[in-house]
Amino acid sequence: MLVAGQGCLILALGVCFYGIGASLYGARTGRREWVASGRRAVYALAGATAVAFVILEAAFLRSDFSFAVVTSHSSTTTPAFYRATAVWSSQEGSLLLWLLLLSLWSSLILFATRRRLREIAPYATAVLLGLGAFFAALLVFLESPFDHTIGPVPAEGVGLNPLLRHPSMMIHPPMLYSGYTLFAVPFAFAVGALVARRLNADWIRSTRPFTLGAWFFLGVGIVLGARWSYSELGWGGYWAWDPVENASLMPWLTGTAFLHSVMIQEKRGMLKVWNVSLVLATGVLAILGTFLVRSGILDSIHAFGASTLGVPFLGLIAVMIAGSIFLVASRAAELRSAHRLDSLLSREAIFLLNNLVLVLLCLAIWWGTFFPLISEAFTGHRASIGPPWFDRFTVPLTLMLVLLSGIGPLIAWRRATAANLRRNFVAPIALAGAVLVVALLLGAGEHPDALIMFALAGFVVGGMGQELVRGVRARRVMAREPVPLAVASLVRRNRHRYGGYLVHVGMAVLFVGVAASSSFADERDVELTPGASARVGGYDVEYVRPTSELVAAPNGRLERIDFGAVLRVTRDGRSSTMVTERSFFPSAGPMLGPVSRFFEGEATSEVALDAGLRRDVWASVAPDTRRLEPRVKEGDKVFAEADDAGALPARERDLLLAEALRGLVRSYTDAPPPATFRLLVSPMVTWIWIGAIVVFLGGLIALWPSPRTVGRRVSAAYAARVGREARVPA
Amino acid sequence: MDIVVIVVVLVVVVLLVVAPFRRRGRAEVEESAELAELEAARHAKYREIRDAELDHRTGKLSEPDWRALDRTLRAEAVEILRRLDELE
Amino acid sequence: MDPARKRSVRLVVALSAAVLLAAALVYTSFSASSEARSPSQLLSTAEPGRTYQLTGKVVPGYERTGTVTEFRVRDRAGNVSVPVRYEGVLPDPFRADREVIVDVRKQGGVFVGEKDSLVTKCPSKFTAEET
Repeated sequence: MLVAGQGCLILALGVCFYGIGASLYGARTGRREWVASGRRAVYALAGATAVAFVILEAAFLRSDFSFAVVTSHSSTTTPAFYRATAVWSSQEGSLLLWLLLLSLWSSLILFATRRRLREIAPYATAVLLGLGAFFAALLVFLESPFDHTIGPVPAEGVGLNPLLRHPSMMIHPPMLYSGYTLFAVPFAFAVGALVARRLNADWIRSTRPFTLGAWFFLGVGIVLGARWSYSELGWGGYWAWDPVENASLMPWLTGTAFLHSVMIQEKRGMLKVWNVSLVLATGVLAILGTFLVRSGILDSIHAFGASTLGVPFLGLIAVMIAGSIFLVASRAAELRSAHRLDSLLSREAIFLLNNLVLVLLCLAIWWGTFFPLISEAFTGHRASIGPPWFDRFTVPLTLMLVLLSGIGPLIAWRRATAANLRRNFVAPIALAGAVLVVALLLGAGEHPDALIMFALAGFVVGGMGQELVRGVRARRVMAREPVPLAVASLVRRNRHRYGGYLVHVGMAVLFVGVAASSSFADERDVELTPGASARVGGYDVEYVRPTSELVAAPNGRLERIDFGAVLRVTRDGRSSTMVTERSFFPSAGPMLGPVSRFFEGEATSEVALDAGLRRDVWASVAPDTRRLEPRVKEGDKVFAEADDAGALPARERDLLLAEALRGLVRSYTDAPPPATFRLLVSPMVTWIWIGAIVVFLGGLIALWPSPRTVGRRVSAAYAARVGREARVPA
Repeated sequence: MDIVVIVVVLVVVVLLVVAPFRRRGRAEVEESAELAELEAARHAKYREIRDAELDHRTGKLSEPDWRALDRTLRAEAVEILRRLDELE
Repeated sequence: MDPARKRSVRLVVALSAAVLLAAALVYTSFSASSEARSPSQLLSTAEPGRTYQLTGKVVPGYERTGTVTEFRVRDRAGNVSVPVRYEGVLPDPFRADREVIVDVRKQGGVFVGEKDSLVTKCPSKFTAEET
């Protein structure tokens, strides 16, 4: 099936070029059938890519090692779920997934707008197909997933990187890529609108579900990545300002800014230049994100692909930036605002400030991420900057952002008055004050950053709660509904508004978790022998006994060695037991001995985690395997001698090796060496995940398509009202 | 097998792409761009009116401010309706 | 103030905020960054108090007391080495002759590693062993 897959990719590339040509020709000459044909080229691209993807997926599931990517990223010992998802752990597979998602989203938007946006859509089609052509070309010429394994087809593959064997890591890439590719949709339509000089809010309205969807998926992807980092990479944190994390955060920030500022354009016809620039920047940042992950240009724990893709990606980004700047500059006249800002005390002004803060945040993160390259360019030395530098900028900016997210919804459009302000701000400020006092009493005074964040979160939650209560009250006066029904119908009728409010609440909750866990965590690295204990964050942690196991995969092949520890955690007389493990996966290095390869390969942590609303108790172990070294070396020697003599039949050798490893593993528990532990008691980490879930619920509410009939009835009612009043000259 | 897959995909792709040329005689049903734009503007204006009303009820807009705003918004809505009528 | 003037004032305020931030970014990043150095470069140029990113290979024979590890890092090709003291959990593939990267700060004669900064460069692959 290698040839069929490659054939589909070549077809995909061809159809991209055809579609670009047909769309542009149709748009220039006004020949509708050419435009329609160009649009259908996108559907064809989606079809051909889907077939290629299915072929690759099938190869992974069947463990067909004639595919080079299957050999290097999967194995028969890999569980079926991870075999299915290992496709996108490879460079080639993830590029293919990118192309597939891009073509699917593009088909969806072009189908939805097939009777609208007549001037813009052909150009947008060409842009989307241009991006598609880029990725298809990479797949065809540079990183084909359909290359044959070099040499004879092996009986076993290298396996999925054990670090990636985590459920959230397997959903994470499709989420991120969905986000990145969805951002391509508003990008393409913005370019289309600029080229066609149709710069009203029409294209914004049509692409908004896609922008919101991109924001949603990218957000889910970011949180899943953080969750993976917390529970899989035995260091105890969830965010490290790593280039790949930053890469996904940057378009998310500008996308958030865009979602806010387009409201001003829709309502007031203002900020056209700003909006179009934001969405173009977001599109470029999304490609930049893909580039950072895929090129390995910056060192990162997450960058699993190091490759030669740098130059073509830089070319694409350069074209996108230059094209964007040219389009915006040449359309300056059409982009002039129809209105002015009425007052600095208005929601528009708050949105503008929020945009400024989000963009500055993005700028700071961009600078920090690319600093190694910047410093190399200026000083000749590659230098890096760590999390403290990022915190210095992001903490104050985030505090401002949370404050603005609380103020914005409380202020009216156009103009607010002092009386309104009093009426709306008293309760939220009171709640913020109460939170501040409680936090001070609980002893949070030593970390002013966290203290301010708690108070601001109180302000946000108070403000949104007040909004909901008042809205429900108004609704009940109008419709005489019981409270739950009033809440439901209020939210249903104003999904964007209340979905957005819920997002603000979720973000506040999330940042409370971040502030608490980063300021008040107690972390210790200790070396313990069995029976000894250490004290951390008010808990006594006792190293009860070591554990060890030689684990075989379901098909009988040796998969890994686990060394672990049973811990007893005691606080106020109550104790519980936790287990943490370190798994050692064998290396495939040909120079290594059969025993030592188990200790030279990849290792992963199974973190012990007792999560709670108040605090998480977290532990990971680093077993000291040095004491095993003499035995390992001896084992290597014995097997090397036996191999040289050629005396052992393969089957017997395997049995002996398993026996030797079992003995080695047993010796770890029989005479346990001291082990190093990282113990962490971190307050309110769970709130981060809860906050994220609230954010995504809010996003879903805003995303949910409004039932057509309801929309019609409401608008019919309004039409009647407007019509009635139209008779009386206003 | 491989060749069959490629040929099938190729045929489907070509059929899909050339379809608009084959039924050239039939005019495609397409909404007038201007009409669609006005419809969208009408819905956006209604949402704005509703938003302003909710803002007033939740105490963000004072009575006189809201009345003034509402009047302007309604006048704009009426203008959109008038233009829609002209088109139809 | 007339509206046009007001607008330009706002623009100036926004622009100066951006310029200020940019200046702060440039200034702080260059002073807070840690430059990549090899042991021999570090020996000749290290100033106390500054952080450097040390890259090199671990010299055989390292001492471990509790969670503190004392080892020497030498040039990738060469024998010049510097002493390093690192406190915390060692990454698993930490072994003699492995290539490591660690952020260090000069304190007296030794270079003290920063928390969680020790990374082992490990080009190895992994596979399931046949039995």
